[in-house]
Amino acid sequence: MTIIETKDLDLWYGSMQALKKINLSMEEKSITALIGPSGCGKSTFLRTLNRMNDLVPGVRIEGQVIYNGEDIFSPKVDVNGLRYEVGMVFQKPNPFMMSIYDNIAYGPRTHGIKSKVKLDEIVEKALVDASLFDEVKDRLRKSALGLSGGQQQRLCIARALAVQPKVLLMDEPTSALDPISTAKIEELAMSLCDRYTIIIVTHNMQQALRIAHKTAFFLLGEVIEYDTTERIFSNPSDSRTEDYVTGRFG
Amino acid sequence: MNLREFIDQKGYRHNPRRLMEDIIHMVFLILGLVAVGSVLVITVYLVISGLPAIFRIGPVEFLFGTRWASTAAEPEFGILPFILTSIYGTAGAIIIGVPIGFFAAVYLAKMAPKKVRDAMELCIGVLAGIPSVVYGLVGMTILVPGIRILFGVPDGATLLAAIIVLAVMILPSVINVSLTSLQAVPREYEEASLALGATDIETYFRVTVPAAKSGIFTAIVLGIGRAIGEAMAIMMVAGNVANMPSIFKSVRFLTTAVASEMSYSSGLQREALFSIALVLFLFIMIINAILNVLKTGGERR
Amino acid sequence: MIERISGTRRTWCTVMKALCYLSLILVTALTAFMILYVLFRGVPHITPQLLFTKPSTLRHTIGILPDILNTIYIVIATLVVVLPIGVGAAIYLNEYATNRKIVELIEFAAETLSGIPSIIYGLVGMLVFVQFCSLGTSLMAGALTLVIMNLPTIMRTTQESLKTVPESYREGAFALGAGKWRVIRTVVLPTCVNGIVTGCILSIGRILSESAALLFTAGFAHNINGFIDGLGSAGATLTVALYVYASERGEFDIAFAIASILMVLTVIINLLTGYMGRLMKRRNGQ
Repeated sequence: MTIIETKDLDLWYGSMQALKKINLSMEEKSITALIGPSGCGKSTFLRTLNRMNDLVPGVRIEGQVIYNGEDIFSPKVDVNGLRYEVGMVFQKPNPFMMSIYDNIAYGPRTHGIKSKVKLDEIVEKALVDASLFDEVKDRLRKSALGLSGGQQQRLCIARALAVQPKVLLMDEPTSALDPISTAKIEELAMSLCDRYTIIIVTHNMQQALRIAHKTAFFLLGEVIEYDTTERIFSNPSDSRTEDYVTGRFG
Repeated sequence: MNLREFIDQKGYRHNPRRLMEDIIHMVFLILGLVAVGSVLVITVYLVISGLPAIFRIGPVEFLFGTRWASTAAEPEFGILPFILTSIYGTAGAIIIGVPIGFFAAVYLAKMAPKKVRDAMELCIGVLAGIPSVVYGLVGMTILVPGIRILFGVPDGATLLAAIIVLAVMILPSVINVSLTSLQAVPREYEEASLALGATDIETYFRVTVPAAKSGIFTAIVLGIGRAIGEAMAIMMVAGNVANMPSIFKSVRFLTTAVASEMSYSSGLQREALFSIALVLFLFIMIINAILNVLKTGGERR
Repeated sequence: MIERISGTRRTWCTVMKALCYLSLILVTALTAFMILYVLFRGVPHITPQLLFTKPSTLRHTIGILPDILNTIYIVIATLVVVLPIGVGAAIYLNEYATNRKIVELIEFAAETLSGIPSIIYGLVGMLVFVQFCSLGTSLMAGALTLVIMNLPTIMRTTQESLKTVPESYREGAFALGAGKWRVIRTVVLPTCVNGIVTGCILSIGRILSESAALLFTAGFAHNINGFIDGLGSAGATLTVALYVYASERGEFDIAFAIASILMVLTVIINLLTGYMGRLMKRRNGQ
């Protein structure tokens, strides 16, 4: 079942067109990878899906993004409510200057959950889901900035999970991490995809091959090809895709 | 557009939270505009209360009259002595203070070990933080008697004493601003000069200083602003007599003219004091304008 | 063979270097002299009677307790008003403003305010707060005048530390569905508390050393009042009292005693701001 679908999505930064007529539909409870050389618009596209681009001055968007049957740019849509359901994990881990507990409780508290018992429950569940609980259970009240880079990134995933989103957007979540932490995050993404829809931007083609069900190849603001990951990497229909996945440019 | 359409367009009906956010945005905008409002109020009040007396006295007599006798039976309101005193006093302070501050800044920026620089940072901070009345007090008890004895004048409370106090008071800002601009000069400039066989001192003065000259010029203008606006310290050491300025005479500045008569003034005399403040304000605005030009010029470069 | 530099060049270098050292020594000596001289003349006259009584014409004694209290009141009143305005203005400039023109206008106004001499603040404060708002000559009128004077300081320090809050913090919070105000309140502001505290310390320093702006707005009475009554009535701060005792009454011992208290406070304030600066540098380096 389709959960997010874009229709003729165009995006401009000032006079520079960054996305051109993007038509993609993402399946529920699956992992979709967005690949392509840097500057191809894959991150811009990802950030459009929960309207993070609203925060960038000078951005103009045309076309539609249909989430759960509703256009996310319609004036009826509350952008904060949208981000509640479409969570995001960033390239660099960005825990707040608070305790581990408060970091994870930030989202639920934002949406009005005050009960201590309930918050404890949510925090524990999010940490368990992000397979971080055992590592931090004795220091929940300590600052999150004391964690290692990989732990911080998993904390950010836990923070995003704590509001129980339907979709999780990941913007090159492992590009700042070492191979072991990367493997943990990939494992985590795969274990989450039976409950969440994950859309991941990655520079690392091996990563897309390892975890994604479907892959879209972006080039100069356009989607060149979108298919199952297997086909994209073994038998692409466009020669540019082939050139990219075989490492001839990028 | 009626209210209902407006509410629909903004989407408030579906998202009351958006209305809340927009209200908060407005509150912050208003807080931001307090500074703008203050500048307007200050300007308007000074103009309204300062202009009438200038026209009653006559702009020429007011600005170029050499005699100030506000409480005489036939009062005269010429503020040329104050204007000239302020200019001479400021110029004197700049002539003494800027070289000292400049050389100290060059030392701190280029030659000082880190420990000395840290210690001097505290020193300069303290010098800048000492209340002006304390400078006045020290001036009163040391400079004034000192000048009387040293130069054999009947009263040591003179323009000279004021100049020395002002020179000390502008030191911190001259040093700090020059220091910042000297430190901003890229190291490559200096290396190029050193590689050509110049000594380090030659490099500092022939390459670094010219490269930082707009910052050093800013420091001087800032010093002028500080000196011309200072009131209490020089009120305590300059003797406060409305003489035409001369180095060993008691004098009155634009600032001290306002401060010394305000508490007992009335009528035209009081209005004339506001006019003096307006003249002072004009001086300051000109200095601000120059500073702004310097700043935007520096940014463009 | 390496040619030696010429004699004139060497002399020139020596002279310039000597001038640098001389200037620095002069500045250091001046600071040391100011501190030591004031303390030397002032400290012997700091007595319990001076600190804990009010002046009495009957007994011919002078005490500065009222002036100490007035100073504390005026510092509190000024900060309470200037903090929300200054921090709010900085938040507007850094977080909300999208229009370049408005930002430039506000920044220009703040810069203009920081260049205006305190005697002009005193005059306009008298016209606006004492007369127009009919607060009378009172600590409140003085405090409001100081609010305008210190507004640029608080705005600048807050803005500087807002700029050091990484954009990724804001993005992280927005991505969790937090509204703008919540992001600012819970994520941005707590990160820049240091900058706001630095602004407060700098402002306290300026308030302590201010005299010209207070003479015509807060007056120079020496009565002991509570906080609320105190704000409504005229009163001298320590600095104004120093001026009055030195200039109008010739009580130099008292003046130096007050000056040495102010001097110690100045040094403490500078140590504190230096400490805050290092604290922030360390945090931003992390």
